[in-house]
Amino acid sequence: MVEEIINSHGIAEDKLVPILLDIQNSNDKHYLSEDDLKQVSRLLGIPESRVYSVATFYSFFSLQPRGKYIIQICDNAPCIVNGAYNVIDDFRHILGIDMGQTTPDGLFTLEYSSCLGCCSHAPAARISGELYGDLDSEKIKSILSDLRRR
Amino acid sequence: MNTVTLTIDGQKVTVPENTSILDAAKKAGIDIPTLCYFPDQNIKGNCRVCVVEVEGSRTLAASCSTPVNEGMAVKTWSKNVMNARRTIVQLMLADHDEDCNECVKNGVCELQSLAQRLNIQHNPFKNILKPKPIDTSTPSLIRNPNKCVKCGRCVDMCQETQQVGILFDAYRGADSEIVSGLGKYLSDAGCILCGQCSTVCPVAAIYENDETDKVWQAIFDTSKRVIVQTAPAIRVSIAEEFDMLPGTVALGQLAAGLRRLGFDDVFDTDFAADLTIMEEGHELLDRLQHGGMLPMITSCSPGWINFIEQYYPDLLPHLSTCKSPQQMFGSIAKTYYAQKIGLKPEDIFVVSIMPCTAKKYESGRPEMNDSGVRDVDVALTTRELARMIRQAGIDFTALPEEPFDEPLGISTGAGAIFGATGGVMEAALRTVYEVVTGNTLPSLDFTDVRGLKGIKEASVDLDDVKVNVAVAHGIANAKKLLELIRNGAADYQFIEIMCCPGGCIGGGGQPYRTTNAIRQQRIKAIYEVDKAMPLRKSHENPAVQALYEEFLGRPLSEKSHHLLHTTYSNRQH
Repeated sequence: MVEEIINSHGIAEDKLVPILLDIQNSNDKHYLSEDDLKQVSRLLGIPESRVYSVATFYSFFSLQPRGKYIIQICDNAPCIVNGAYNVIDDFRHILGIDMGQTTPDGLFTLEYSSCLGCCSHAPAARISGELYGDLDSEKIKSILSDLRRR
Repeated sequence: MNTVTLTIDGQKVTVPENTSILDAAKKAGIDIPTLCYFPDQNIKGNCRVCVVEVEGSRTLAASCSTPVNEGMAVKTWSKNVMNARRTIVQLMLADHDEDCNECVKNGVCELQSLAQRLNIQHNPFKNILKPKPIDTSTPSLIRNPNKCVKCGRCVDMCQETQQVGILFDAYRGADSEIVSGLGKYLSDAGCILCGQCSTVCPVAAIYENDETDKVWQAIFDTSKRVIVQTAPAIRVSIAEEFDMLPGTVALGQLAAGLRRLGFDDVFDTDFAADLTIMEEGHELLDRLQHGGMLPMITSCSPGWINFIEQYYPDLLPHLSTCKSPQQMFGSIAKTYYAQKIGLKPEDIFVVSIMPCTAKKYESGRPEMNDSGVRDVDVALTTRELARMIRQAGIDFTALPEEPFDEPLGISTGAGAIFGATGGVMEAALRTVYEVVTGNTLPSLDFTDVRGLKGIKEASVDLDDVKVNVAVAHGIANAKKLLELIRNGAADYQFIEIMCCPGGCIGGGGQPYRTTNAIRQQRIKAIYEVDKAMPLRKSHENPAVQALYEEFLGRPLSEKSHHLLHTTYSNRQH
């Protein structure tokens, strides 16, 4: 799998970020395993330390297994003044996990996000690439039950 | 060359264009404090300790990374500069394990001396260090992230000079740290333990595993015969530890100092270097005559062995099977010499003084016990030896010159030059030439293989057989030769590879802050040692000749193979 992804991009050091992104997106757990990083290092001829440096620098890479749905809650100023803390608390209580954690069934991971660009619909979150705005308790409950039924 | 004239602290200075403010100030007699800056390395500009005021500039400029301009006016000392430098260092101290009394770098720490120089007597910032585990996973190096100031000097050494690529920055912002490999301990990261990082680290974030107490215990134990061997490179570097100039030869003082410390026999690894030449020279001849694997590559440098075993294991058959001089010495001391003095190997404790951190790993390799017990009990670095001399209260500068003990302290100039890049090659050629041709060499000096050029080549005519040789030092240069061999494009029969830049004189266990300028001085000194020796060819060493007559028989004999040769493992990382 890793080899296929690398070949599709070409063996070049400057393709490291898109290669890592593709690897991360290609697995259900949305993360980069140690073995992935080792393979990338070997196939691209980049020291492991440099691959690790890139993978730990960007917050969109995870070295820990994550859930099927990654819930990224915006914690920038406009969302905060519009109640992002309540949103965060609602997600935490309903899912029974803390920020940065994954539910034991492997369905949901909670993360912070920088501005998602939809301040007019603050507080906002992005779940597996899809945007959700004007969040409140009711909306959060229905989003989560929809996702569970999927 | 275009020049630029600027004013520094009111003083007119003319320097070549593209000179940094830091270097221009040096020319004007002003010593700007630095931390991440290190001679021979890339300019990093990340610590900001060297900030200065540049007229017309909104912010302070890092003098190491700011080039001079025509008419520039620089102030290297002002209220702003003083406050900024102090704050910068205070912030570093607030994220640093400040237990200086129990630190191996106490007294030689660059952060400590900066704090002293900037007259920091209190710190308004509370210490916020979150202690991380200390990496003691290897017998060679200790990595203490709690001391790290993230200057990047080790990273530059590991990634650019050595190109092994173990140490690098990871994470971001306040969380950033220097990690090894995939955030692993060194033992799991593919580290070759060369220790070059430890010679450039300004603090105690990475340093040699100090084993001096083990040696004291052996010395204080009257039932043990404690034998010391000292590597070729120590005699041209130990003096620096006692504030003498780089390039000072301290051969006799070294022997005297070791004797004062209480070692029972003061021997010389140069003896074993001569022995190595006998074995390795004959191994080369054997490979040339019987279609053995060529090019043959030297195997003296344990950092280099760690590298090839982990990164080029397909080329292991090219390695000479000869043990390093350190290990040859250990097995001879605990067999031949033990018999001579009527002791059992287990009653003897062999200590080696090495310019090297990888030697600690090598001496602990499980196969290095051909005498029946561990052949070399402890390998100390130059720095640890200096520590012992200071501990014992010995005034090194006042020591008289004394000889090494016989028989394992007898050596030749060929053994001495093992300490410099090209030295093993030159020593081997001196012997191989005379053994093959039966003629005396017209000139002993193979100057083509000397010096700090990355890869050196030479050709020697051995009775109408042309032998091409190459010499590389530093892993970045070694890699170039290895790629040639892999691609079948290496037209060499014999290659010398040393792990560290400059060879052992620039080893990872040598005095802190080794620069290329210092390497040059040590190399010059080691060839002076060679020139001054009455014997300069390994096969003329009378103690080596006696060893073959009385014990080993001849080079490559069965006994030689058992005691002086080894095998390597594929440890592909």
